[in-house]
Amino acid sequence: MKVKSFKGGVHPEYNKHITGAKPIKVLPAPNLVVIPLSQHAGAPAEPLVKKGDSVLVGQEVGRSAGGISAAVHASVSGTVLQVEPRPSINGREVLSVVIENDGQDAKAPMTGHHDPIQLSSAEIRERIEAAGIVGLGGAAFPTAAKLNPPQGCRVEYLLINGSECEPYLTADQKLMEEYTEDVILGAKLLAKACGAEKIIIAIEANKPEALRKMRALAGSNAIEVVTLGVKYPAGGEKQLIKAVLDREVPSHGLPAQCGVLVHNVGTAWAVAKACRYGQPLIERVITVTGDGVKEPANYLVRIGTPIKDIIAAAGGFVGEPGKVIAGGPMMGLAQFNLDAPIVKGVSGILVLSDKVAKEFDPMPCIKCARCVDVCPVYLMPVTIEKFAMNAMWDEAEDYGAMDCIECGCCTYICPSKRGLLTWIRLAKTEIAEAHRRQTS
Amino acid sequence: MEDSRLILSPSPHVRDEDTTQKIMLTVAAALVPVWAAATYFFGLDSIRLVLFSMAAAVCSEALFQAVRRKPITVWDGSALVTGMLLGLSLPPSLPTWMAVFGSFIAIVIGKQVFGGLGANPFNPALVGRAVLVASFTSQMTTWTMPFTDAVTSATPLAGGQASYAELFFGTVPGSLGETSALAILLGGVLLFYRGVLDYRIPVGFLGTAAVLSAVFGQDVIYQLLSGSLLFGAIFMATDMVTSPITPVGRWVFGVGCGLILVLIRFWGSLPEGLTYSILLMNAFTPLINRWTRPRIYGQGVKQA
Repeated sequence: MKVKSFKGGVHPEYNKHITGAKPIKVLPAPNLVVIPLSQHAGAPAEPLVKKGDSVLVGQEVGRSAGGISAAVHASVSGTVLQVEPRPSINGREVLSVVIENDGQDAKAPMTGHHDPIQLSSAEIRERIEAAGIVGLGGAAFPTAAKLNPPQGCRVEYLLINGSECEPYLTADQKLMEEYTEDVILGAKLLAKACGAEKIIIAIEANKPEALRKMRALAGSNAIEVVTLGVKYPAGGEKQLIKAVLDREVPSHGLPAQCGVLVHNVGTAWAVAKACRYGQPLIERVITVTGDGVKEPANYLVRIGTPIKDIIAAAGGFVGEPGKVIAGGPMMGLAQFNLDAPIVKGVSGILVLSDKVAKEFDPMPCIKCARCVDVCPVYLMPVTIEKFAMNAMWDEAEDYGAMDCIECGCCTYICPSKRGLLTWIRLAKTEIAEAHRRQTS
Repeated sequence: MEDSRLILSPSPHVRDEDTTQKIMLTVAAALVPVWAAATYFFGLDSIRLVLFSMAAAVCSEALFQAVRRKPITVWDGSALVTGMLLGLSLPPSLPTWMAVFGSFIAIVIGKQVFGGLGANPFNPALVGRAVLVASFTSQMTTWTMPFTDAVTSATPLAGGQASYAELFFGTVPGSLGETSALAILLGGVLLFYRGVLDYRIPVGFLGTAAVLSAVFGQDVIYQLLSGSLLFGAIFMATDMVTSPITPVGRWVFGVGCGLILVLIRFWGSLPEGLTYSILLMNAFTPLINRWTRPRIYGQGVKQA
């Protein structure tokens, strides 16, 4: 079989065997959930409840602010203890609804549809918006907004991203294996909602079981399943489009501009649940893994479950923890406060022992150019790093700093252990700031 | 509940196992077959010159850094490699003190004055060699026959004669490490296999030299196997610090080296042009990088 791939990228230790064979376990709802009103790209949701209110499972507690925003819902039933800023996974305090679980799991009324594919595309989009669905692959872009392509763009292909190229994580893999039907239904609903003519599901070759199951069901649904070569970042939106369709998203543009929309398998699953059962996005599958946690597993967890509860459920730390990461090792966020809750875009909690999570002192650059060779958007990271270190922002922009997708390949591969991506991020921030000053 | 035990740092949180030190030691390891061949052909002179060159390079670096009160970084292995490369590029009969002087120049003038590892524009070993050639021209062009101490003036490139087999195995007069194509290729394969060698530079270099040799009616295989071309194309031109970082740039660099080499060999007053071909192209490296920027993903594509 032909395996599709892209130029650049790296081969980190995948470590998927740790949880790859473990079925999804349902994690009981915690006593306390923290629902941040900003779990997505765009404007935070506006709170709909106040201290003392009682809420039901699936009840909307934050209303979409309109435009690029998303609603948020209670993931347990109980009493609102506070609506206040709380620690979040990105290190900032975010206005959050704190709910004490009454253990009743009393559900808000939800209206499903016995055959959701009969819904019109507008109805599907409405349900997706009402369910507060955002991209579950990590970027958490509001799905309904993504389904409204810019004017003049015709969406030919819907790519369903099942590559899960981040090492360690197996949440998407298990979802495809255990909820194959939902993922396929979600894909069809998404395709209908955006008017895509063809659906392609792309899965990395290291998930043979997911490939087999998806292929078995896809055949009868006129959906193509593509095997991707195992390489990080195969699941990057731009890399996926390049590998599968040999098209490129215009620089600073959107995938729709080359006729493609990409949605994660988790998003498809959530869309299926929203359309069939009317269930909002209040739970998701995550992988808890790494050498620093006793019982690595795949869990179906309620959104808003504090990280510390998840680590406790997985048997706690092995010895001294080194690093706790929300997400995978390449793009995940290191945590310092384990009260921060799981949000919609988090696909795993990775605990690395202090042996694995070692820090390095950077050495001088020897211009080996490995960062140039691995950059999947064909930048010269070492050159942008040099510009950033000298505060030469115009030159950094000229060399394409704003095209950086922050995949981390450059920093990963650097034999001198330089923090290339950190410098490029700084350049991006400075350039964006300069543009804001210019326009205002 | 902030947990002060937790390490906080930006992504990515995992790193490739390769390090700069490992790369340097890989180059040193790839030079071992070359050194072994040199020792087989030229005996103790090979041990003497290479050992003293390496020791002088490492000591010069440590001394210079100590004098400047900078951290001493000789453990990164780069000075060791420079010393080894310089030692292997010397004629077997060269006095030891000249090798030591060459190493000192290579490290101090070729590398440290520019800021040390990664900051030097020119290949340090070749800087050392160029200074030696200019300062001690007759000693640097005095050759001995392998297995003997007999002095000869005729290297294969300077009026001598040799069969392809002699050139391939290395039983010809020449600098210590340059004579055996077999040993050099062995080292090159190791470098390539370990991902330390970008094929574009040696292929561009050797390819250009071969094509131009054919164009000007020279014996192509003889030209490729004689002199220090093969040694230089695999071990010197590929020095990461002083060669371009873009894929296209590496082709340009290799082809440029080949052009200058042939120019000097066929029309220059020197029999060999390797040192200057690479040093001149080193000077162009920043410009080549600027002119061969890769097309960025998504730039110049039409919207559907």
